[in-house]
Amino acid sequence: MKNPTGYVHSIETAGTLDGPGIRHVLFLSGCPLNCLYCHNPDTRTYKGGRKTDAFTELREIARQKEILQTMGGGVTLSGGEPLWQPDFVKAIFEGCKRMGLHTSLDTSGFLGAKADDELLSYTDLVLLDIKSFDPEGYKVLTGVQLQPTLDFAERLAKLQIPVWLRFVLVPGYTDDFEALDKLAEFAQKLGNIERVEILPFHKMGEYKWEALRMDYQLKDTPEPDADLVERAKEPFANAGLEVY
Amino acid sequence: MKTYDKTPSPNLPFLTDDTPVHYRNFRTGTWSNEVDVRDFIQRNYTPYEGNADFLSGPTDDTQLLWQQVLNLMVKEQKSGVLDADTEMVSGITTHAPGYIDKDLERIVGLQTDKPLKRSLMPFGGVRMAQKALESNGFTFSEATNEAFKNLRKTHNDGVFDGYTSEIRKARSSGIVTGLPDAYARGRIIGDYRRVALYGIEYLIADKKQQLDSLEIHNLDEETIRLREELNEQLRSLGELQEMAASYGFDISRPAMNAQEAVQWVYLGYLAAVKEQNGAAMSFGRVSTFLDIYIQRDMEEGKITEAEAQELIDHLVMKLRMVRFMRTPDYDALFSGDPTWVTEVIGGMGLDGRTMVSKTSFRFLQTLHNLGPAPEPNLTVLWSQNLPEGFKKFCVDTSIKTSSLQYENDDLMRGYWGDDYGIACCVSAMKIGKQMQFFGARANLAKTMLYAINGGKDEISGEQIGPELAPISGDKLSYEELMPKLDAMMDWLAATYMNALNVIHFMHDKYYYERLEMALHDRDVFRTMACGIAGLSVVADSLSACKFADVKIIRDESGLAVDFETTGEFPVFGNDDDRVDSIARDLVKQFMAKLKKQPAYRNAEPTQSILTITSNVVYGKKTGSTPDGRKIGDPFAPGVNPMHGRDKNGAVASMKSVAKMPYEFAQDGISYTFSIVPGALGRTGEDRITNMIQLLNGYFNEGGHHININVFNRETLMDAMEHPENYPQLTVRVSGYAVNFNKLTREQQMDVISRTFHESN
Repeated sequence: MKNPTGYVHSIETAGTLDGPGIRHVLFLSGCPLNCLYCHNPDTRTYKGGRKTDAFTELREIARQKEILQTMGGGVTLSGGEPLWQPDFVKAIFEGCKRMGLHTSLDTSGFLGAKADDELLSYTDLVLLDIKSFDPEGYKVLTGVQLQPTLDFAERLAKLQIPVWLRFVLVPGYTDDFEALDKLAEFAQKLGNIERVEILPFHKMGEYKWEALRMDYQLKDTPEPDADLVERAKEPFANAGLEVY
Repeated sequence: MKTYDKTPSPNLPFLTDDTPVHYRNFRTGTWSNEVDVRDFIQRNYTPYEGNADFLSGPTDDTQLLWQQVLNLMVKEQKSGVLDADTEMVSGITTHAPGYIDKDLERIVGLQTDKPLKRSLMPFGGVRMAQKALESNGFTFSEATNEAFKNLRKTHNDGVFDGYTSEIRKARSSGIVTGLPDAYARGRIIGDYRRVALYGIEYLIADKKQQLDSLEIHNLDEETIRLREELNEQLRSLGELQEMAASYGFDISRPAMNAQEAVQWVYLGYLAAVKEQNGAAMSFGRVSTFLDIYIQRDMEEGKITEAEAQELIDHLVMKLRMVRFMRTPDYDALFSGDPTWVTEVIGGMGLDGRTMVSKTSFRFLQTLHNLGPAPEPNLTVLWSQNLPEGFKKFCVDTSIKTSSLQYENDDLMRGYWGDDYGIACCVSAMKIGKQMQFFGARANLAKTMLYAINGGKDEISGEQIGPELAPISGDKLSYEELMPKLDAMMDWLAATYMNALNVIHFMHDKYYYERLEMALHDRDVFRTMACGIAGLSVVADSLSACKFADVKIIRDESGLAVDFETTGEFPVFGNDDDRVDSIARDLVKQFMAKLKKQPAYRNAEPTQSILTITSNVVYGKKTGSTPDGRKIGDPFAPGVNPMHGRDKNGAVASMKSVAKMPYEFAQDGISYTFSIVPGALGRTGEDRITNMIQLLNGYFNEGGHHININVFNRETLMDAMEHPENYPQLTVRVSGYAVNFNKLTREQQMDVISRTFHESN
């Protein structure tokens, strides 16, 4: 087994939102996207991340093995964009699988091509964040192309790796219902989507932008109301998907 | 007053005259021939593995009655104590029967003649009773005051006759405080179930036999004391029977049905709280016991689910109304008017069957039917093997009401079996077979500062501890501090134990719990329940000394009064063994020292890591510490990591806590956990599942106790500004729950500033 270097921004030992059970979540540093609503802008670069290596993290995970298994959980790699460090991800997931721990990858899918089949063979669940289904809108929101994410989604479907599809609902940016219908249709065809999570946009990360002296463009964008969230769930529910 | 049918089931014509009707359909066993409630339960209870669907909501009568009680409680919250006895000293039979609304009450009995009226109990200390009355706007009767001054010595007087000057100094400097030397010690749980199962006549006969067993030739001091106590117990049982008769019940015989069983148990408890105002007056473990009677009545077609729930709702309403008169000083230590009517629910039997019954659910259901409340202090005994339906209902109740605490049955069963209860917050004891001498707690953080200053108090400069060599340099190193701390802990353990020995000698003498002890076996196992406060402060401080640079700042007299710490050091609550092992060693170290001390009545020394709300008062009385905590700042409660220092999420915090060894803290290790709902999961279902997983994980690691609070910080802030909108907002603090509105502003701020686990 290889022991690649990696950069970790922070650790959450009781992650309840990123995969089944209570999870050990490593937030990796670095992300190629520039999402307007990013709530962890401090994880975009390697700077501020802690330099470490896979074996160090795996030793820590080994200490948590007993409690993670008791709690029906596992390990989630999130970010940042974890696939910016594919060797590190691969090594950690391989180690986790050797220990019998469940693995989840929380990704935008933009760097899906960097995840080789071996990496994916160690991956039990992908939390795939499709930020918009409209290529133009996607570019505006993230600064990058949508297609790589869709390609990755199709590849995961082919490999029959379960996916939780995530969609951040931002009024004025991603609440176009035509695009939502299309996304629902796309998701249904994939056949490996276990659940869909509609995440209402929130501004809890705004203070981090200010701290980093970065310009937060969504200052005046409202958080979606409950009605809008319910309406956004409809196309997915109609497509027979489990949606939260 | 409505009562249920008292005749035995007509479809049992074969019962002969010598088969007692009250024991119809019960499986007989050891319990039939001697007092053995556990045996009765084991042979007769019905484990329940299902979910909560069978439960009933509140009946109309319940709602009408609760509304009246709630109105009184809101009035009390607003304008203070409603009424109080100022002259008549409370006893089991002193008051005429009291009611809230006789026609609506299924279970009756009040401490005094009126709801929420507080009785007068000066035996713990007459000055305390006087102060309590006066600070609440009442005038203490001159006649009663005179009688106590001239004719009747109290516990408090006795204690101060016994205290040495050293103990007095330690007490006033705050290195040991909260001691039950001016109030009743409490923490004794009568086996109130015995009243229902056996009736008073049988219990009296049993106690008489015990007395006969002490007809011996050479009476020694111990036997004389026990003979006197047994005679006192006998008198109290007679009074209990008389008090019950005044409410119209003949409890000389066993309970005949569910309604009587609930009523009999409650009357036993009521007699205890009429005579004793102990800090914690816990209830025991009654739910599955009562379930046997409810189940039998149901099988006989005598009671519906709604009626069964009504009985439990009405019992719980009464338990919510227990009140004692307290002073402001007392409230600062134990704030929010707690009575610790602790009732344990659930757990597993030694034979592997769950102890969960439908009535375990019915007790939890009271929180939904009557709304959240701090009392009774409902305590779930958690086991990995509890039925899933029960786990779900518990956690769902926690998420909705924040009114439950959880304790590790898989851990405690090995020590205490399957018929133990919890006194106060975390103190396990076998019901009817074991009691404890409550010992409050010693201030470990101050002890560390005494070690640095050679026994001088860091605030007053006075020599309190032994005059050992202080640390003289400017740097505070771990190697130099540890042996000094060890020596200072030796002194603390001895002084502390001396104080407790005096206190409990005098309490037995002047304020003996005769009724509660009448509901115990003749020979009980006693523990001397010591405790420590400030564990995480000391662990972090020692870690600072070991891993960072600590510079001592002195005042003009050379006293170390502050510290300047530079560099990183690991802190407790992050699952970091470098510091967690320091905390663990401290617990073991102090326990070893306590074990060396001779304890009154051969009690077994134990210790707790529990502060109640005294973490605030303790902090106030303690100077700055090397971990960066400033003079006067609160400690963390119980075993909690210091506020905001646990940075790696809930599991890391839980794991640090779970490393504290129960073996060396058998009086309990209290951990308070607060989480915002969103951090538990995305959906309602996810939150329930995840909370169950967190509890499974924490307890599997060896954690002993956990309070669960589920709410947003904003809710608390709003409640501070608009208490009128939150009459029932309940918060778990340290081993108990309080109504948030009853906390002082300072304590409210302390609760709000604690670590809330949030999602990233």
